[in-house]
Amino acid sequence: MTHDIHLHHITRVEGHGNLVLNIKEGRIEELRLEIVESPRFFEVMLLGRHITEAPHITSRICGICAISHTLASIKACESALNITPSADVILLRKILMHAEVLQSHILHLYLLVAPDFFNVGSVIPLARSNPEVVKRGLRLKKVANEICRILVGRHIHPIGMTVGGFMRIPAKKDLEEVRKVLESAIPDIDETVNFFKGLNIPEFNRETRYCSLKDKGDYALYDGKLYSKENDLTEVEQYRDFITESVIEYSTAKHASSGDSSIMVGALARLNNNYSQLSDKAKEAAQRLGLTLPCTNPYMNNVAQLVESVHCIYDSLGLLDQLSSGNMNVGVGRIDVREGLGVGVVEAPRGSLYHEYGVDDKGIIKSANCIIPTAQNLANIEEDIEALVPGILGLSKVEMIQRLEMLVRAYDPCISCSSHFLEVKFIE
Amino acid sequence: MPPKIGVFSFTSCEGCQLQILNLEDEIPTLIDQIDIVNFREAMDEKGQDYEIAFIEGSVTRESEIEEVKRIRERAKVLIALGACSHLGGVNVLKNFHPQGSWLPYVYGRSDLFSDTIPTKRIKDVVPVDLVLPGCPIDKREFLRFVQGLLLNIKPGLPDYPVCVECRSKGNVCLVEEGKWCLGSVTRAGCGAICPTYRDTCVGCRGIVEGSNIESLCNILMEKGYSKEEIRDKFRIFNGLEEIQSLL
Repeated sequence: MTHDIHLHHITRVEGHGNLVLNIKEGRIEELRLEIVESPRFFEVMLLGRHITEAPHITSRICGICAISHTLASIKACESALNITPSADVILLRKILMHAEVLQSHILHLYLLVAPDFFNVGSVIPLARSNPEVVKRGLRLKKVANEICRILVGRHIHPIGMTVGGFMRIPAKKDLEEVRKVLESAIPDIDETVNFFKGLNIPEFNRETRYCSLKDKGDYALYDGKLYSKENDLTEVEQYRDFITESVIEYSTAKHASSGDSSIMVGALARLNNNYSQLSDKAKEAAQRLGLTLPCTNPYMNNVAQLVESVHCIYDSLGLLDQLSSGNMNVGVGRIDVREGLGVGVVEAPRGSLYHEYGVDDKGIIKSANCIIPTAQNLANIEEDIEALVPGILGLSKVEMIQRLEMLVRAYDPCISCSSHFLEVKFIE
Repeated sequence: MPPKIGVFSFTSCEGCQLQILNLEDEIPTLIDQIDIVNFREAMDEKGQDYEIAFIEGSVTRESEIEEVKRIRERAKVLIALGACSHLGGVNVLKNFHPQGSWLPYVYGRSDLFSDTIPTKRIKDVVPVDLVLPGCPIDKREFLRFVQGLLLNIKPGLPDYPVCVECRSKGNVCLVEEGKWCLGSVTRAGCGAICPTYRDTCVGCRGIVEGSNIESLCNILMEKGYSKEEIRDKFRIFNGLEEIQSLL
């Protein structure tokens, strides 16, 4: 049996990617996940710019993960300049991070994944056949957008979130509004768990190396050290000991590995590493969804995203309670520049996101490097496909393609993000 | 018959398409009023019979020039969606570095992806009928454009600067506080969202006609900014616009 599968511009993913798979007599002769998104050279763009402009510029790497890029960038800047933000600043950042993770996961689950389970090509026919489902997804997505609107003007390219703090200090009534918005989401997120509980997830398991941040107290999204169970905790500054990148000829996004293994990052990796730190409601959701950990089925990344969505809503309510009750200390103080090198890592919705900048004594960027979650997953997706194909050769070509596209989509690849850059070079 | 619309994406963060998906309250109605035949980020179908094409992103590869030309041939109305498409966006920043340095710096070698070219605006490649500006676009403005297209009324843009909207909101002027802000020369329509959140206007909607750029430069120099610093701020979004001789 011979199959030539060439999915040109895989749909319902963010960015441009092709899957080339050539199977002869049950053996894979050719397998490439081609990333054909145009390279954008953000690292080059940053050279010569003032360090305080970096969060503004790098937010434009990705419309879906604009807050994660802004925060990874801010953390790299603060580390280079030796600035310590206040506790209130960190709490607000964590709330915004949660909002982004929620918005990104919900967008993926309802608008991009759900059509697969109803066997339709997009959310548009689904909106006609099951309007209540789509409207619920849109309401939840709006919750996250509303939180961002209240605190930083908008989600896509947040405003006034900067090195040291926030340009605009939220008023008490803003925080009350954020709380109301979060509370309004509870019935919908509960119903979402019920909805996805009934969906059939393909059975496929392959062990790999799960990488994420790990924090002392919190379920790590905003901060922590680099972790996989095969590695000891690694300081973010030592990230080159933890992760290795390589250039692949057919992909404008680089591939990543840790040790000699491909790696998986994102919701499932985080749950495998940090499950015990989830909020109780999220653990309960995992149970209802039949997710037992550790889990080695990449299709379950969708379920892991939903568990994290539950966590983000409940944990944000807890973070609001921790903010100072009087005047919040979140304004931006004086920024003194100095020569330095800074690394910032956050858990973006799709996994660990690294920014690193070197600056001179005038605060001008002299070197820059970013490592994007989707790039870290690419080698792992290829290895999954290799392992998956023998088991699905009995299916029709249409069913095979669907199963393969669902696998790629389960990783929620964000390709426009991942094809930017990523070589480290220091010019001094 | 609802008009057939295609949404296409070139070099960008895809945030402007996402702004369309961020119209959570309107999407259910919107999909009954327009027939979206091509929108890769959100759907499998890839129809080629569109009348209206929204193009997001700038052109940064040889192959993208041909694709943009093909879309132009098919579309009756071509709309530049967002700053990357309209102005080249932040993608233009790489143009200020030697082209030979880009690939070695990022990929460590220069033999791959060598069809990379300096960033172009869509209007540098084909005629553009309408511009929906911003980084990202304002989703309300997108709705207004769609309403106009449905009613056969050409959608227009404000011909006054962000300053007008900023003042009407009662914001404290950031330039008066000594900060650089390009709101006095940038096209309005965003509701002065950045200065309202206490951040400076970066000029993402482009320069409005009749702006006195020289005067703004003089004021900023009085506030202590050097000519180079001011030029760098304009370059973030307007590095390809025909204003460089004024900076």
